[in-house]
Amino acid sequence: MTSQVIIQAIISGILMGLIYALIAAGLSLIFGLMEIVNFAHGDHLMISMFSTFWFWMLFGIDPIFSIPLTIILMAFLGVFTHYFIIRKILNSTMLIQICATFGLAVTIRALAQFFFTPDFRTIKNPIIQGKLEIYGIFIGYPQLFASFICLFAFILLYLFVTKTETGTALQATSQDRQAAEILGIPSNKMFALGWAIGLSCVAVAGSMLSNYYYVFPDVGVNFSLFAFVAVALGGFGSINGSLIAGVIIGIVESVGGLLIDPSYKLLYVFAVYLLVVILRPQGIFGRY
Amino acid sequence: MLLNIKNIDVAYDDYQVIWNVSLSVKEGEMVALLGPNGSGKSTVLNSISGLIKIKNGEIDFNNIPIHKFETYQRVGVGISHVLERRRVFPYLTVLQNLLLGAYHEKAKAEREKSLQDIYNFFPKLKERSSQIANTMSGGEQQMLAIGRGLMGMPKLLMVDEPFLGLAPLVIEDLKLIFKKIAERGIAILFVEQNVRLALSMANRGYILESGRLVIDGASKDLVDSKEVKRVFLGS
Repeated sequence: MTSQVIIQAIISGILMGLIYALIAAGLSLIFGLMEIVNFAHGDHLMISMFSTFWFWMLFGIDPIFSIPLTIILMAFLGVFTHYFIIRKILNSTMLIQICATFGLAVTIRALAQFFFTPDFRTIKNPIIQGKLEIYGIFIGYPQLFASFICLFAFILLYLFVTKTETGTALQATSQDRQAAEILGIPSNKMFALGWAIGLSCVAVAGSMLSNYYYVFPDVGVNFSLFAFVAVALGGFGSINGSLIAGVIIGIVESVGGLLIDPSYKLLYVFAVYLLVVILRPQGIFGRY
Repeated sequence: MLLNIKNIDVAYDDYQVIWNVSLSVKEGEMVALLGPNGSGKSTVLNSISGLIKIKNGEIDFNNIPIHKFETYQRVGVGISHVLERRRVFPYLTVLQNLLLGAYHEKAKAEREKSLQDIYNFFPKLKERSSQIANTMSGGEQQMLAIGRGLMGMPKLLMVDEPFLGLAPLVIEDLKLIFKKIAERGIAILFVEQNVRLALSMANRGYILESGRLVIDGASKDLVDSKEVKRVFLGS
């Protein structure tokens, strides 16, 4: 085995990891804000991918141009999800909250299978295709582009949350809901905003993935598992943590697959998760 | 009358904790709400700021009935509530905490001016403006919580147990600050367990026992009242 192959695996891992990071950031943001775990996160990713697919299939819009449309669609879906489902279970016990978002996941997936059939679909001849070769290392342009866009979206998210007034109000709500409310920050609107942003993250990731990944109703399952691991590893509610954790998971998946066997790639990621639970249950940057 | 509470009942689900309480605060007045543990003092403040909804009765502020307003709307009419145990946003900086105090429209317009004002009031907050709130001492966090409340440009500042867990020297500092706030014409309604300390500051006091108002009056009359001694010491 040459060093080239290992470098190749690390680069592929980082590129994939940046996508995991953005998906995890959305999950982490929602959890940090209202302590609700969105078990339908992977299925929201699946909807984003189908949205991108149908924009291409029906209207011939290439994935790189349909990103804003998918973001708008998913942001609305987030607000809708908050007002019609989450708001009603905010003060319920944890079991009810789990059942609500888990039920949502099952419903979304079943509806996708019913309407879209379980077939695997791909977007043919997207604008961005082909690959780059540097010193014998191959990087697909779609993967490279997807990772750059996800990293860019991540930076925007970070700047929004830390530098803007609304972002600070969002943080305040996540740190002390009542104290924020008495200062005039309507927590309900902040929660809706949190859902809109959380699902916009998967909208960006989903659009970019559908450039080179199969689109099918169960596609979100593995991504959401990886996102959960990334959130736990990075620390629940920490957006920065999910970036580092996403990249770590991407590398572990890819290098583990290379060194041992790619068919066990889930195993390596969950081994990392197990280590985190044992050694540092609050995650790298966790407060909880 | 700035704040006028008429015959309110408050219950947590089916468990009633406040029975027929009436209370009022005039402009620029300092009023203490006293009572033993669990007598319902904090609940009264929470129902004024809307963290809990009242079952019966009425709360008027500047002659506007506010008891149906959502919590986040009440700060806009001029009520700032400093919660028990300070409740600053632990992972935000001092400056971010203060600026959030001026989140509602009216206060936002005057934000820079209010900030300079608060900095003059609490020079320590200016020194530490970029420090993360939960790394400060209890007294400093209390100052931050009060400063954050004042950023909302209230006509009424409600403070829940301002002296809880503070060193005697810090308590003296805070007493002075309360006096200065009152001198600016901002009414203060505060909750306290230490009767002597509270009555040494306030113009008037109300005393709650098991959710019912037992006695109220000018501070100097309450200090020596037998009824007050009975509530706090028994017999």
